[in-house]
Amino acid sequence: MATINDSIRVDRRTALKWVLAASAALQLPAGTTLAQGTAKSATGYGKDPNLLKIYQVGELWPLTLNEHQRATATVLSDLIIPADDESPAASKVGVVDFIDEWISAPYPNNQSDKSVVVPGLAWLDQESQRRFKNNFAALMEKERVAICDDISAAKPAAQFEQAAKFFARYRALTAGGYYTTPVGMKDLRYVGNVAMTTYDGPPPEVLKKLGLA
Amino acid sequence: MPLIDTAGLQKEYDVIVVGSGAAGGQTAYTLTLDGAKVLMLEAGRNYVPEIETPMFHTPDQAPLRGTSTLDKEFGFYDATIDGGWQIPGEPYSSASTDADRQFWWWRARMLGGRTNHWGRISLRNGPYDFKPKSRDGLGFDWPISYEDVAPYYDKVEMLVGIHGDNNGLENTPDSPTGCLLPPPKPRAGEALIQKHAKKTGVPVIPVHRAVLTQQLDFKRIPALLHPGNPRAQQIVADSMRSRAPCFWATDCGRGCSIKANYQSTTVHLPPAMASGNLDILPNAMVREVEMGKNGRATGVVFIDKTTGKEVRAKGRIIVLAASACETVRILLNSKSTQFPQGLANSSGKVGKYLMDTVGASVSGQIPLLEDVPPHNEDGAGGMHVYAPWWLYKEQLAGKLDFARGYHIEIGAGRDMPTFGGASGLANHVGGYGKKFKQDMRRYYGSFVSLVCRGEMIPNEDSYCEIDPNKKDQYGIPTLRFHWQWSEHEKRQALHSHQAFTEIIQNMGGRVTSKQDLLPGGFIIHEVGGAIMGSNPKSSVVNQWGQTWDVKNLFLTDGAPFPSNADKNPTLTIMALAWRSADYMLAALKRKEL
Repeated sequence: MATINDSIRVDRRTALKWVLAASAALQLPAGTTLAQGTAKSATGYGKDPNLLKIYQVGELWPLTLNEHQRATATVLSDLIIPADDESPAASKVGVVDFIDEWISAPYPNNQSDKSVVVPGLAWLDQESQRRFKNNFAALMEKERVAICDDISAAKPAAQFEQAAKFFARYRALTAGGYYTTPVGMKDLRYVGNVAMTTYDGPPPEVLKKLGLA
Repeated sequence: MPLIDTAGLQKEYDVIVVGSGAAGGQTAYTLTLDGAKVLMLEAGRNYVPEIETPMFHTPDQAPLRGTSTLDKEFGFYDATIDGGWQIPGEPYSSASTDADRQFWWWRARMLGGRTNHWGRISLRNGPYDFKPKSRDGLGFDWPISYEDVAPYYDKVEMLVGIHGDNNGLENTPDSPTGCLLPPPKPRAGEALIQKHAKKTGVPVIPVHRAVLTQQLDFKRIPALLHPGNPRAQQIVADSMRSRAPCFWATDCGRGCSIKANYQSTTVHLPPAMASGNLDILPNAMVREVEMGKNGRATGVVFIDKTTGKEVRAKGRIIVLAASACETVRILLNSKSTQFPQGLANSSGKVGKYLMDTVGASVSGQIPLLEDVPPHNEDGAGGMHVYAPWWLYKEQLAGKLDFARGYHIEIGAGRDMPTFGGASGLANHVGGYGKKFKQDMRRYYGSFVSLVCRGEMIPNEDSYCEIDPNKKDQYGIPTLRFHWQWSEHEKRQALHSHQAFTEIIQNMGGRVTSKQDLLPGGFIIHEVGGAIMGSNPKSSVVNQWGQTWDVKNLFLTDGAPFPSNADKNPTLTIMALAWRSADYMLAALKRKEL
């Protein structure tokens, strides 16, 4: 492949063709065993999972949230990342599925998040009942905001300390789930993960902005 | 790659190489292209980067958005399989319960070993790094100097493909013309650090990494690597032609299916296989080296993991290239009447002077980097610039309270968002709703990290030995580690925090987090344990990696390092392995071995 001086973006399909060409040149003998793969497991996906497979939520371990919990989670995720002019709300790109996958995984940090998220979702309902005589998912927008303002405050009141910990963790999970999707990456104006023939460094307008031109 | 099983073993080989990573790969490459018949034993399974690397996969296609778990400690898409700091059935232990005195042992049981996931940072040791004791009275000098190794650095750079350039800085060697590939331009944040680090006196220059920024010159290089050996030249030219240059996407830690970066599996092993002189046997967990009556090693005993059976292989020369600690473990487990405390251990030094790299860091948020116009900064899948140690003169003059230096690895850029990055940013910006989304856009890409990678001085309290009470699932006795950082390493880490804080402030930024000195083994640069020297009483091997006690037993991994410069060890491991293999070839031709 010759190096071309001007930057030409190669589309992903072309790049994948290069990848396939590289592997076609390769002859594997019969009986070669590569990735072992992993069945649904209570102990995780193991040390040698198939790295090329595209995984679906729920195929590796059983999920946790029931319909009611999912409804609460959907409302909360979409309150944290709502739709705007540029991108859809969190639940539209599978964030609730991801959170369910996350808290259901058998690894210690996931189990520890489960013990924050499940009681946290229940607390939202209790607090909604206490203040507004309804479940969180059934509240009006301004009622939800009233609760979330209390538990997302920089210095939450003493009675909201636990709930604030839940909210912060839930927000981190929501953001982690959202911004790692193609939609979320685009929202952050990430424009990589495409094959290029050259790397030319930052464009002039960037260097100018940084005082490096 | 067509490999053999135990039924395919030849009766005897010229050389048996234990391990298939940087050391084993380079050793086998050099030997086989010059005609030696080699058996390579690898404890893990076959691994084929061309068809197993998740190029372009996004985190949402992986379980748990690709985050690290106990199964995949560097994240789902990290190339390491059957490896990590913990491997089921293969325990190790620590002599101390004190958290500061633990050693974390990373292993990769797979063809190519740790070369599949490493950072590809390929820095030459400088002249001082081979004679540290002469300079400051601490640790040990090597029995060789920079000049002895330089020709091999040249060859490895040309074979593997390293980008970088020459800056003529102290103890940071330049490469001769024609060795290096052009360096990629700095990313925006890297260029900003380059500008502002100057105020702190820190030179930021292009890093050397094992990534092809253009195709290797397959017409020129093979003749320089293998003069007078047209067949080797042809094989190496073909191998170089099969490697595509970097297409500026996909993190190198996943491996590279187009073979643009260095992995033993894509660079060293294919030409060695093409020579017809290499048998590779995977799933072969070596337990010990066997000795003959004449004081020579005769072969190795291994467990065939596919059957659980004990198998023997015979060779005229035995090379251990299993990674520093695994090599030590094999030596210590090879007990005989002649060597009751382990093979080649008449000095009592096997296992001693284990070293890692000092790791510490500071991260900061830089307002200038907020809302930068979107552009692609994936680059060469790792940093483009770094800062070599810059205070050699001050240190020599006694102006610093620690004896050895560190280099700075730089993290800046609009990398592909990760779960950890996005959730950390969410914690940073706080709030929720539309404002939260705006803030996420504003702050993404505005963080930098400055990372200390520093030299550790060997000490008497950092070593490994056989644990008398434990065996792994193959019945092989396991290692127990002792670890102790000295004040030199602790002060060095503190110094880096001060320097990094100053650089971040120079840029108008604010420090957001600091990482103190990490535990031993975290940087995965362990070397030592069977150090080289000029005296059989105080060292295990000579300058050729040949054990003093057993003439046909060689160590070509990091175990013989008597010091661990801040420079990442892999390039030096490869250079020394090539040099050792040349020595073995000459000895075979003279019928000495």
